[in-house]
This record gives sequence, C-alpha cells and structure tokens, in this order.
Amino acid sequence: MLTLTHFLVLAGILFAISVLGIFLNRKNLIVLLMAIELMLLAVNYNFIAFSHYLSDSAGQIFVFFILTVAAAESAIGLAILVVLFRNLNSINVEDLGSLKG
Amino acid sequence: MDFQAVVFYILSAILIFAGFRVVTAKNPVHAALYLVLAFFTASGHWLLLQAEFLAIALVLVYVGAVTVLFLFVVMMLDINVEKLRAGFWSHFPQAAIVALIMMAEIILVLSSPEAGLSKLQPAADAMAKISNVKVLGGQLYTTYLLPFEAAAVILLVAMVAAIGITQRQRKDSKAVDPGVQVRVRRDDRVRIVKMEAVKPEVATASESNNEQQA
Repeated sequence: MLTLTHFLVLAGILFAISVLGIFLNRKNLIVLLMAIELMLLAVNYNFIAFSHYLSDSAGQIFVFFILTVAAAESAIGLAILVVLFRNLNSINVEDLGSLKG
Repeated sequence: MDFQAVVFYILSAILIFAGFRVVTAKNPVHAALYLVLAFFTASGHWLLLQAEFLAIALVLVYVGAVTVLFLFVVMMLDINVEKLRAGFWSHFPQAAIVALIMMAEIILVLSSPEAGLSKLQPAADAMAKISNVKVLGGQLYTTYLLPFEAAAVILLVAMVAAIGITQRQRKDSKAVDPGVQVRVRRDDRVRIVKMEAVKPEVATASESNNEQQA
C-alpha cells in the first residue's frame, strides 16, 4: 500500500540529486538551469502528494502556477544564456567577472 | 505488494536514474534527453496520485516546450565541454556528502512517528467520481481567477522579454532610425560652393562641334 511517505521520500531524493548537480556543474550554466528544473519538479511532487492524501485540490492549483513561473523562468534564463554566449563566446561561470569592481 | 506499488517502485527507479544522469552526463544534449525521461516518469507518478490534468500538462509544457527549448539552445551554442568539465569529479565527495546529509535529514523528519504521515488515507471514492479537470477548472476560474490572470501576464512578459533580450540589429539592415532622420540639420546635407561664372573655352566648343559633324 502506497503511503504519503513514499512520495515525499522520493521527492527528497530527487531534490538531493539536483543539489548534487548544482555542486558538480558549477561551471556549466546550462546544466545548472536543468538542475533547477529538477528541483522544481521535486517540490511539485510534495504539493501533488499532499493534495492527493489530504483530498484538497489547492495543492494542484499551486503546482499549476509553479509550472507557469518555471516555464517563464527557463525561457528568460535561456535567452540570457544565448546573449551571454554571443558576447563572451563561452558559458563558463568563471568567465563572468565583468561586474567585479 | 499491489500493482500500484510495483508501478511506483519501477517509475521511482527510472526517475532517480534519469535525475542522476541529468546532472552527470558528459554531453549536454544527453542531459536534456534524460531530463525528458525524468519529466515523463514524473508525469506517470502524478497519474498514480490522480492528478490527471497536471500529469498531461507536465508532458505538454515540460517535454513539449521547455526541454525542446533546452535542446535548441544546447545545439545552437558551440560549447567546449572538456573545459567546463575540468575537475568535475574532484568536487564529487564533498557534493555527495552534502546531498546525502540533506536526504537523510528529509527522510528522518518524514519518518518520524509523531508526524503520522503514513496514516493519511486518500478519500478514494469521493474524489474518483469527479473529473480532475472539472475541479481544477472550477477553482481556477472562481477562487483563483486573479492569480490565473497574473500568470497569463507573467507568461506574456516572459515572452516579450525573451524576444527583446535576444533580438539584435542586422548589419545589412536598410531601416532608417526616425530619430536620426529628424535630427538632421540643413548644414549636414547641403554644401554651398561659391565660384565665379566661367565662360566655356572656344577650343573645346569647336572640338565638340567637329565630333557632332563627324
């Protein structure tokens, strides 16, 4: 029998994997964005699992809005990435020091 | 173990594998494709949780739009992967320790008997008879109407911003900037040259007459 704990633990594992990804890919901006998407997915799991087990649809509404914001965020993030690559010819985080005083 | 539990464990294994491959894949294209797998598997889990509308929205929005956008960008940029992955695994022990501690903390809190999370049971029959899409639609257009419209505006702003950031002037464009055109003064365009009136020389005139006769 599946319980709420199963889904929450799974979401926790997924979140930990994306934290690992952010540590490992500190130089690669595009994989950093992918790890952030995975994190948002892990958070959405919690909302949906609680929504199911508490029989309250508000959690699903929240996931709907998180999906909207995440899509907008990744679109703008990738647009900035494209402009960055056009100007610097690199997406290495270490090359981004132009604001340093 | 019932059928749902079997499906849950199979999908969980695929999801964790895909998530791990997203963050460790050498080629960013492979990472984006594993991201597709992760989202698709997650949508299967959401179907198990009876969130049918969001499961389908996840496939449409994430697999259909966001990861395709990632793939476009990855393929458009010419990235030197070797340079970005220098010292990749040297951070692994540290990162693994942090991730494992986080995971252990989350699991510890969740498995505490006082929380009583395992005792919660879904209201099986009451929810099953109502369409999930109908419930969400009813809520979105009544209780959450204002946030819904704000979400629409956010998407519009994001679209305008993404286009505005990446747009650039073409080098061979013939378009004229009206501001520059209005700011032009008479002196920039017209040059008056003062010179004496000169009589044409007779010799050159007769030569041209000869040419005409010939």
